[in-house]
Amino acid sequence: MSYKRHKAFQQVVIYTVLIAVSVVMGAPFLWMVLSSLKPNHELFAYPPVWIPSTLTFEHYINAFRYTDFSRYFLNSFIVTGVTVISNLFFCSLAGYAFARMDFYGKNVIFMALLGTMMIPIHVRLVPLFISVRRFPLAGGNNLFGQGGTGLIDTHLGLMLPHLINIFGVFLMRQFFQSIPQELTDAAKIDGAGEFGTYWRIFLPLSKPALATLSIFVFSGSWDDFLWPLVVTSSRYMRTVQLGLQIFQSQFTVNWGSLMAATLVVTLPVITIFIFGQKYFVQGIATTGLKG
Amino acid sequence: MRGFLYYWKNKGRRRTMLTAYLFIAPVLIYAIAFNFGPMFASLYLSFTRYNMLTPPQFIGLANYVRVLTDDPVFWTSLKNTAQYALEVLPLNIAISLGLALLVNRAVRGIAFFRAVYYLPVVTSIIAVSMIWLWLYDYNIGLINLILEPFRIGPIDWLGDPRLALHSLVIMRVWKGVGWNMVIYLAGLQGIPLYLYEAAEIDGASPWRKFLSITWPSLRPVTIYILIMGTISTFQTFGEIYAMTGGGPLDSTTTVGFLIYQRAFQYYSMGEASTVAFILFGIIFTLSVVNMKFFQGTE
Repeated sequence: MSYKRHKAFQQVVIYTVLIAVSVVMGAPFLWMVLSSLKPNHELFAYPPVWIPSTLTFEHYINAFRYTDFSRYFLNSFIVTGVTVISNLFFCSLAGYAFARMDFYGKNVIFMALLGTMMIPIHVRLVPLFISVRRFPLAGGNNLFGQGGTGLIDTHLGLMLPHLINIFGVFLMRQFFQSIPQELTDAAKIDGAGEFGTYWRIFLPLSKPALATLSIFVFSGSWDDFLWPLVVTSSRYMRTVQLGLQIFQSQFTVNWGSLMAATLVVTLPVITIFIFGQKYFVQGIATTGLKG
Repeated sequence: MRGFLYYWKNKGRRRTMLTAYLFIAPVLIYAIAFNFGPMFASLYLSFTRYNMLTPPQFIGLANYVRVLTDDPVFWTSLKNTAQYALEVLPLNIAISLGLALLVNRAVRGIAFFRAVYYLPVVTSIIAVSMIWLWLYDYNIGLINLILEPFRIGPIDWLGDPRLALHSLVIMRVWKGVGWNMVIYLAGLQGIPLYLYEAAEIDGASPWRKFLSITWPSLRPVTIYILIMGTISTFQTFGEIYAMTGGGPLDSTTTVGFLIYQRAFQYYSMGEASTVAFILFGIIFTLSVVNMKFFQGTE
């Protein structure tokens, strides 16, 4: 009886702490969501109004009507989409070679690649900018990269530093190493070449790893701020993060619309995390089945 | 490692090797063009004067000498960055471990709580900055409005030079703890249960169990978090640009922000590269020290 009561008491304490922490951790986000739906006169009311008396979508309409946010979304989706596809293909292809093929210099090359992950973006920033600007035969440049603006202010210029992430090569290699050798042997007996084995056997088995890589690359590219800031010059090439910052600096007082825009910008990443969750669980199940 | 000829002389091995080179070629070319290349280019530029209009002019160690001996803003930015890291990292480790211990239990609705704690992680630093700019606002910010009935404030969270950096620390910790919570959670679930059962039989208190089992077992996880955290806090840029612009009075100018400013606002590309390389050296040294120090104290 006393043990039961002790257990019940423990449960109450745990839930109290869980909820208290949720309030602190969730409050800023909740404030953003609720504020984006509040009528203007409740936004700055004192004492603060948490629950809007009426729900309004005017902030969302304004955020898109009076700014170029739809254009920013298009830019971000183009850049992020190509970046994700590029990473999925090139990282898994190289990951396959490092995991399953034997060649001269394999370990040295792999370690050198891993070493590049240590280089901070700030170190590469200036030369990256220069090489994008001096990109031959683009944006009015001649063969030697003189005369024009190169890939500055283009989608390709925005993508360039993200197209291949070395972490992805590492991730795919780790995953491929866990696939049983018998499958490779079976594919070889059936006459599949290396590319066929990679494309038809390894890729379909790697959905959890590919999903993980997609989430990683998607959020990295979508959330990037420094590179778009450096490489865009016209308002039509801005990405969503840049759009948010500029919206804030130009219309400081319009908090309702800013919160609406912030939420919309955040939703794709939240969605892809929720969507990817399923694959994570599947991934655990697959590895469980394997043994 | 086998010699090159071992692969070349055998027809099958040669075929495999050449195919493999083809498979890794895109990644390799890309890494040379956009990682190694820029790094060496940056090293060269750090010895030059360069404004992008005229060709780089080689000036030897002049940039390094100037930055290290005659550039108070650089030292301020270094001090700010170090202070930022020294506040963010211990807070982050303590809180994220606390959260991991809190959510490491199979109770109803635990997935919901984990998701709430993780939400700031999936929100971009710019989105987070937008939300907190309002929360921290002097006149209409939620935090000052909540504090007002307690006769605290109003506090100038981002406008007071003594406070601004700490305000950014609070925000960064809020944003980051969910990520490390997940890493610690994985670490906790890897600790064998029999260790706790044995301690229980010996009558160990929960605190004793934490000190003798949990904390030592999590050492590799903590080292990992510390190294990754050092690398990322030393590159802090987004929230500085979006929230304070390095101010007030350079009190929130980080090295990452200074590099951007020098390169893309003053067009001192050479000097920016110098500061970037000094930053690189610091990050590299700290990572090695972290690894050596914490692995050495077994």
